[in-house]
Formats: sequence, C-alpha cells, structure tokens
Amino acid sequence: MNVLVVTLLVSVLVVYYIRRAHAGDKLFVRKIAGLDAIDDAVGRSTEMGRPILYSFGLGYLNEVWTIASLSILHRVAQKCAEYSTRLLVPQYDPLVMSAAQETVKQAYSEKGRPDLYDERDIAFLTADQFGYAAGVDGMVLREKPGAVFWQGYFYAESLILAETGHSVGAIQIAGTTSVEQVPFFVVACDYTLIGEEMYAASCYLRPEPQMLGSLKGEDFTKAIILVFLIFGTFLGTLDVLLQHLFNVDSLHVLFLNIVQWFNTF
Amino acid sequence: MKREIPIIITFLTGVLCVVAFFVPHPPLGGLQQRFLIWYAILAGFTMILGLDSLVKYNVKKIRQRKQGWQYSYVLLFGLVLVLVTGFQSWFKYDTPFELRSAFMYTYIHMIVPLQATMFALLAFFISSAAYRAFRARTFEATLLLVAAAIVMLGRVPVGKMIWDQLPVFSDWLLNIPQLAAKRGIQIGVYLGGVVMSLRIILGIERTYLT
Amino acid sequence: MRLFDRLANIDRRIIYLAVGLVVAIPIVLKLKMPIRISSEVRSAYETIENLPEGSVVLASIDYDATSAPELTPMFRSFLRQCFRKKLKVIYTGHLAIGLPLAQFDLDLITQECNAVYGEDYINLGYRPGYTAVMIGIGREIRDFFAVDYKGVPVDNFPIMKDVHNYSDIALIVDFAHGQTAEYWIQYVVSRFGVRMFACVTGVMAPSLYPYLQSGQTTGIIGGLQGAAEYETLVGHPDTAAFGMPAQSMAHLLILAFIVFGNIGYFLSRRKK
Repeated sequence: MNVLVVTLLVSVLVVYYIRRAHAGDKLFVRKIAGLDAIDDAVGRSTEMGRPILYSFGLGYLNEVWTIASLSILHRVAQKCAEYSTRLLVPQYDPLVMSAAQETVKQAYSEKGRPDLYDERDIAFLTADQFGYAAGVDGMVLREKPGAVFWQGYFYAESLILAETGHSVGAIQIAGTTSVEQVPFFVVACDYTLIGEEMYAASCYLRPEPQMLGSLKGEDFTKAIILVFLIFGTFLGTLDVLLQHLFNVDSLHVLFLNIVQWFNTF
Repeated sequence: MKREIPIIITFLTGVLCVVAFFVPHPPLGGLQQRFLIWYAILAGFTMILGLDSLVKYNVKKIRQRKQGWQYSYVLLFGLVLVLVTGFQSWFKYDTPFELRSAFMYTYIHMIVPLQATMFALLAFFISSAAYRAFRARTFEATLLLVAAAIVMLGRVPVGKMIWDQLPVFSDWLLNIPQLAAKRGIQIGVYLGGVVMSLRIILGIERTYLT
Repeated sequence: MRLFDRLANIDRRIIYLAVGLVVAIPIVLKLKMPIRISSEVRSAYETIENLPEGSVVLASIDYDATSAPELTPMFRSFLRQCFRKKLKVIYTGHLAIGLPLAQFDLDLITQECNAVYGEDYINLGYRPGYTAVMIGIGREIRDFFAVDYKGVPVDNFPIMKDVHNYSDIALIVDFAHGQTAEYWIQYVVSRFGVRMFACVTGVMAPSLYPYLQSGQTTGIIGGLQGAAEYETLVGHPDTAAFGMPAQSMAHLLILAFIVFGNIGYFLSRRKK
C-alpha cells in the first residue's frame, strides 16, 4: 500500500509539472558544473589534437544510469562532430554497444558529419570487469585522450581508470550513481556528477518542457519525503527524550505504528 | 512507425510490470513471468552480439597492423581456447565445471590469476591516490582525513591494539554519520531512477532508441 | 630537494614497493592477531544458527576471482556452518565467471563435511537475466531452473521436492562483489518478504548499512575483516584470519604515508 501511494504520488507530480512546463511556466534548474564543462573539455582535446574517450562503465542497457549516460554521450558526440574530434567509446556490454553506436551515428548525422562516424571506435572489449579496466587503461595510455568521460556505473576499477586518465593529463569528467565510487572520482577527476545529477543530465542538456517538468516533479517528491523525514526524526527524538527524561511513552506507540506502516507492504 | 512501435512496446510492458507488482494474480502475474523469461533468453543471446563485435574489431586491427595488433592474436587465441575447452569439457563431463576438465584447468590456472592480479593493482593505486589526495588543505579535507584514519584503523585488529575504543568509534562513524549521508544520497539516486523509469515508460526519454 | 619537499612528493614507486613488502612479510612470517567480532557479522552468523534443521538456504554466487580473497573465506565458512546445522543449500549465481570458482570451494567443503549432492545441496548453475531471474523465482523456480548445472531435471533430486518459490526458502545469502546484494533486497526481500544477509567486499559494505538498520538485511559480512570474524565464529580460522596482520600493516603504512605527505605539505607551505 505504501509503495502504491508513493508511486502514484510521484507519477501525479511528474505529470502535473510536465503540464505546467508545457503551459509555459519557467522552471529553474541550477548549474551543474560537470555538464557545463563538456564543451570546454571537447574544445581542449581538439586544440591538443587528441581524441576523446567515453566510458559507460559496467552498466547494462536495462539500467537507468546507462540510459542517462546515453544522453550525455549524445551531447559529447555532437560536440565531437562539430570539432571533428575522434570519439572512442569502449564497451562492456554488447547491447549498450549497439545503443551507443546508434547514438553517436545519430549525433554525427544531426551535425552534418556522418562521414566522421567509425563503428570500430565504439567496439565491445569484454564483459569482464578487470578485463574491461585493463582494455580501457591500455586505450588511454596508447591514445592519450585529451578528455575522458567516466559516465555510468563503476565498481572497484573506478580508481584504476581515473588514476590512469590522470597520468596522461586528460581532463576528466565523471558521473556515477555508485555512491561507493564517488569519493574515488572526486579525488582523481576534475568534475564529478554525483548520483541524481547524472539523471538530470538529459533534462539539463535538452531543456524541453517534459524533461524539465519531470525533474521538477522529482524535486517536489523529494521535498515531500524530506518533510516526512524531518517529522519522523523529530517524533523519534522526542519519543526517546520523553522516555528517558520523564518516563513517558505515549509517543512510543504512535512512533512505532508510523514506522510499521512504512515498513509493511 | 519505426520509432512508435518500440515506444508502444516499452509503455505496455512497463505498465504491465508495474501493475503486476501490485496485482500478481492471473492473468497479469503469468504475463509478467512470461516477459521475464523472454528477457532472460534474450539476455543470453546478446553475448553473440558481443562476440561478433569483439572478433571483427580484433581481426581488423590485425589486418591494419594498428598499434598493439599482436595482442589481438593473444585475445583471439584465448577466445578460441576457452570455447574449445568449454565444449570439450561439456561433451566429456556433461558440464564444463567439472574440476578435472580442461576448461576448469584453464579457468583456475589462467583466468583466476589474471583477474586476481588486476584487482591486486588496486592496493597500490589506492595507496598512491590516498597519499596524493589526503592533504589537509581545508577544514573539510581535514575532516575527511581524520574520519578515514579512524575507520582504516578501527576496521583492522591493530586498531584495537592501539586503543580499545577505536573500533567502537569507527563503528559509530559507519553507523551514524556515514549512514545518514549515504541514505540521503541514495534516496536522491533512487528517486531519480524512479522518475527516469517513468520518463522511459511514458516515452519522454528516447535516447535508447535509434 | 629539501626533505619536506621530498616528503610531500614521494615517488609512487617507493610507495608501491613499501606496500608490497608490508603485505608480503606478515604473510610469509605467518603472523597472527586477535579478531574482534562486530555486531553485524554476529547477527549474520546467528541468523543461520537459529534456522531449524532442514531449512532451505539459497546461496547466490555473484563474485569472481577479483574478489575471491575476501569472499571465498566467507563462502567456505558459510558452507561449513550450513552443513553442520544440517541445512539444505541451493546454490546459483548471476555471474557466469564466478560459478566455477565457487564450484571449487563447494567440492572442497562438501567432501570435508560429507554432504551429498541432491540431498544436502544442489547446484542450479547460471542463467542470464539477472533481476528477471530474481523476480521470476518468486513465482516458480522451475521456470528458470528446470535442470541443474549438469542438465539433470531438478525434480530428480530430493532437496528440490518441496521448493517452488521464495515461500519455501528460509534464507537468501548473497556473496556479491557488486550491486547484486542491493538488487536482492530491492527486488526480492521487499517484494516477497524472504530474509537475507549479504557477504560483500569491503568497498560495498558501507552501502548496505541503511538496509541493515532498517532490518531489510539481517547482517553484513564485509571485506577481509568480516570474513576473518565469520571464520572465527564458525570455529575454523583460515585465509582471512591469516590475512588480517597484512591488512593491518598495510593500513598503518598508508596512514604513515598520509602523515608524511601532510608534514611535507605544511612545511613546504610555511617555507613559501
């Protein structure tokens, strides 16, 4: 029941804000430094005469972060087409490879440079974690890209990849929803998109009404959850204080019932 | 219709799977199970796509004598070796996972040491990255440094030898402040994932299409 | 170059050499250290201890050789505990390359504990599909695992006689080096209400603490330290417990380098 309520709440809010965006309401999205730096990174690589490397990490196509990463790849590919810079996209998964190939091909066509597209630059390496890391490291050391994009889901190989990118002097823009790997990227990369900033990328890079509306709906849902969190924390803390200081446990039953409702399905 | 049909399929299967989560009874539950089985079958076949891409890429690399082309021979040899030993072991023992089989010999003596070596590199990379990055330049960086030191020592036996309350403090750091921050980020990530999924189901997000 | 500049810019090759020596020497000398048991590992251990005899446990192997030093000791201790408690173990996985590795350990421990295939344990093998398989088992396990890893129909084995879905499984134990433990919690525990605990690498363990606190996982065995604690509880200290001195020395060394680096950094800054 609680899952159904939250699902309906999110859906209603998203649809509501999409309609408001269509109606012409201006919806504010704050600056995301990592996404603003895409143009600079591609420009820098072009000036240095070096290619760009883009990695999805170890994601599969059925995962939302991979789809979010495809929007960022689309933008990067468009810029590469504009500046005639080579784009390398080594792949971990065959399905993602197909989607990436189509994304890059489409981006190049949109910019009038379909001749620049080379399928071999978006090739499947291996479906093994460290085999992929070794392959990408090899590519980085041989090709010496001017900019590297680590956009997707990474595991333990994240630091190996980021350190190798750092060692060749590339500007690195990372983005991951893997909370455990964020510290490694923050340490080794120039820009890092943390968690949901990756999901906001498609809205940020293509600020269409339905995209901005869905982002706004998500933010409003988060605000509602925040209110519940603050209320729950206040109630729980008050309950503990009352019990310990005054030996009163009237709030205890209420607090437990609320927690129980959130826990049960 | 080339774009519309995939969007319709995405919408119908997405809605069905969401509704089946709340109403698992027939016919929805059975239909969802059918879709899950189809997905599992398709997932197996995607390996063929990858195999095709891998072989094509490396054969072209050899033909064009690109930098490192010799290693493509190693890769193709490894591919053939594992395929051949896998099939041979399968025919001989009904499974390639029989310990006496050639496949398991290849796995234990080649794949395992290679994978373990790659992962072992992490220890060295972390050491040099930690040395380089953990500088007390700002208040936040100092806080990070102190927390890392407490957790690193608290999680190993030597921490208790230094100070017997260190593991307790380390556990507190993991269970309270770390958990609070992680929970906050995770709520944002999962909510973002829900909205992203909603966008995909409703056809707003179409990056995965050609 | 002055001393403090050198301290702030130690060549990474010296760091690598020092780490290599500090890890190797305790292992060669076979040093030992006392192991403190944490509450999350004890909780995981007691989850199995409290299961009645004959309960079915589903073990999911979602790691490969990269995480074997941390997860293999956990898996072996888990098998020893399960067979000692006379529990039934159904063993499967979502990582094709990890299952042969665990097969090796399975053969070793089943011989040690005299467990009989098909009665005390069964290997269902690997199926692609990942979360689809996890959700699908909730309805009927035979929809995805009609045969075992050798192609023999599962209905031929006594262990599978009354096992159809999660309501017939008492506990899920996931051995994961990635996100699989979270998927088990999100797709299976919250939907089907089955209990589970996770055995994960050190880097993944912190991400499971929210689930531990909310009760969605009954314990976490994380990293080499967790493996050493679990081995100690099961009463069979092995590679993990013997690896703790090396890990301790490595942590001390990294901290020492961090301290040197900061000393050098501050002295350099003061000089400027």
